[in-house]
Amino acid sequence: MSILRLDHLNKRFGGLVAVDRVSFSMEEGSVVGLIGPNGAGKTTVFNLITGNYQPDGGDVFFQGQSIRAKPTHQIVALGIARTFQTIRLFQNMTVLENVLAGCHCRMRTGLFGSLFHTLGQRLEEQQALRQSMDALAFVGLESSADQLAKNLSYGNQRLLEIARALATQPRLLILDEPAGGMNEQETQELIGLIAKMGQQGLSILLIEHDMKLVMMACDYLVVIEYGRKIAEGTPVEIQTNPKVIEAYLGADNDDGI
Amino acid sequence: MKNANWLGYIVFFALLAATPLLLDRYWVDVLNSVGLYLILALSLNIILGYAGMFHMGHAAFYAIGAYTTAIINTRYGIPVLWALPASGIAASLFALIVARPIIHLRGDYLLIVTIGMVEIVRIALINDVFGMTGGANGIFGISRPEIFGFRITQPIHFFYLIWFFAALTVLLFSLLENSRFGRALKYLKEDEVAAEGSGIHTARYKLAAFVLGAGWAGMCGTLFATKMTIISPESFNFWESVQLFMIVILGGSGSIPGVILGAFLVMGLPELFRDFANARLLIFGLALMVMMIVRPQGLLPARPRKYNLDSIRELS
Repeated sequence: MSILRLDHLNKRFGGLVAVDRVSFSMEEGSVVGLIGPNGAGKTTVFNLITGNYQPDGGDVFFQGQSIRAKPTHQIVALGIARTFQTIRLFQNMTVLENVLAGCHCRMRTGLFGSLFHTLGQRLEEQQALRQSMDALAFVGLESSADQLAKNLSYGNQRLLEIARALATQPRLLILDEPAGGMNEQETQELIGLIAKMGQQGLSILLIEHDMKLVMMACDYLVVIEYGRKIAEGTPVEIQTNPKVIEAYLGADNDDGI
Repeated sequence: MKNANWLGYIVFFALLAATPLLLDRYWVDVLNSVGLYLILALSLNIILGYAGMFHMGHAAFYAIGAYTTAIINTRYGIPVLWALPASGIAASLFALIVARPIIHLRGDYLLIVTIGMVEIVRIALINDVFGMTGGANGIFGISRPEIFGFRITQPIHFFYLIWFFAALTVLLFSLLENSRFGRALKYLKEDEVAAEGSGIHTARYKLAAFVLGAGWAGMCGTLFATKMTIISPESFNFWESVQLFMIVILGGSGSIPGVILGAFLVMGLPELFRDFANARLLIFGLALMVMMIVRPQGLLPARPRKYNLDSIRELS
C-alpha cells in the first residue's frame, strides 16, 4: 500500500500557479526524492502535505486517509514529521529541549499534571527524556545535549532538526534540503543516516539539490518544473530522461549554447 | 541549578516571613502591595514571559476577579475566601471569550488589542454594567476573610495571607515551567511555526496560557478586594497593566526569580523615593530606558534548564 499519495494537488499564489495538478504516490518504506530547478514549487508541495498551506484543489492521502483539511499538529500526530529548508530550531533552548518538543505529541500530561507533577507526569517525563536521548544518539548529537541549539554548527543543526522530527515517532519523514550547508564529509554521513532510517522501515520524502546525495540515497525520484510534474522513475531512468536534462541544462536549441 | 533555585526560594521566603517583626505598619503594607503585584506579575509571566504574547491588559482579569468577589460577597453574603475559586473561574471564562478571537495576532498588534480590552473593562465598570458594579464609586463594605474562625484585619495578617499565596504561586509555577505544558509555551515563544511543525497545538496552548494567567489574576483580585474592602474602577486602570508588564520585562521575562526582583523594584523603589515626590517617576523612567538599552533580556533572565540525565544513562 502506498503511504502517501498526492492527487492533482493545486496551489496558486495570486496569479502564479506554484503547484499545478501534481500527482504521485510513494511506497511504504521507500526513499523518494523530489527534485527540480530552483523555484519549481518543491517546498510548496511539502508545505501542502504538512498543512502549512491549504491546497486550492486536489487532495493528499496519508495511509489511505485524506489529510487535506487537517492542521499541522494533527498531521504530525498522524505520523508525518518534517524538517525545514531554513533551519527552524528553538535557538535559545538546549539541544535536549529541542528534541523534547518532538515528544510532546506522544505525551498526555495536561495542565493539572504539569502544575502538581503527579506520579504519571514524572514517569512520562522520564520516558520522554529517554526517547529524546535515543533520538540524539541516533543522529550522533548525544554529547551536545546540554548545549544551546544556536551554538551548534550548521550541519549539526540540520541533524538536530532530524532528531526532533524522529522524536515525534513518524511513519513518514519529510526532509527539505537536509544537506544544505553541509560539507562533503557531513553529506556522506547524512547519506548513511538516511539509509539507516530507511532500513528501520521509515518512509522518507526529500528535496535536495546535491545530485550525488539524491542518486545515492533515493529509490525513486519525482521531477517538477514550473509547478508541474515532468517525470518520475528510478534514479537511473531520471538521469537519462531527455525532459529532465532539458529542464536542468536547457534545450539544445537554446540560443547561446 | 534546580536545587539551588529551590534553596534560594526557601531562604527568601523564610527571611521575608521574619520582616514584619522589624517593620512598622506602613512598610508591612508596602510589602503587601509588592506581594499582590508579585502574584499578578507571575500570572502575567505565563502569558508574556513563557508564551511570549505581548499582553498589556492584565488588570482587566484582576478587576473581574475583584468585582466577582465584591458582588457575591456584598449581595449574597458568601464569605470572601469561598469567592476565591469563583473569581478565578469568572476571570478565566472572560479570558476564554475575549482571547479566542485575538490570540492569532502577533506582537504589537496583540498589545494594542489588549490595551483596548482593559480600557473597555474599566469603562464598563464605570458605566455600572448590569447594574451591579456600582459605577464610578465602586463597591464598598466587602468583608474581611476568616480562616478557621480567625478574622484577618491587620496589615500583618494580610502579609501572611498574601505571601503564603505568593509562595504557593512560585512553587506551582516553577513546577509548571519544568513540564510538558511549560515547555510547550516556551516553544511557541521561540518559533511558532516550528512548534506547530513539531506537533504542538499552538492555538490551544496560547488560549490555555491566557485562561490560566487570567484565572490566577482573578484570584488575586479576591485578595485585593478583601484587603481594601472598597474597590472602584480606578484601581484597575491602564497604569496597573503597564506596571505589571514592566515587572516582567524588567526582571526577566520567563524567569521567576526575575519577576520576584522586578516586583520589589517596581513596587518598592517608588516608596523608598517618596521624598522626591513627582521626580521619582522621572528617575524611574530613565532607569527603565537605560535598562532596556544595556540589558534588554532583564535583570535576572531565564537560564536554560539542565535536565538530570544520570538516571536515564544508568538505565540504558
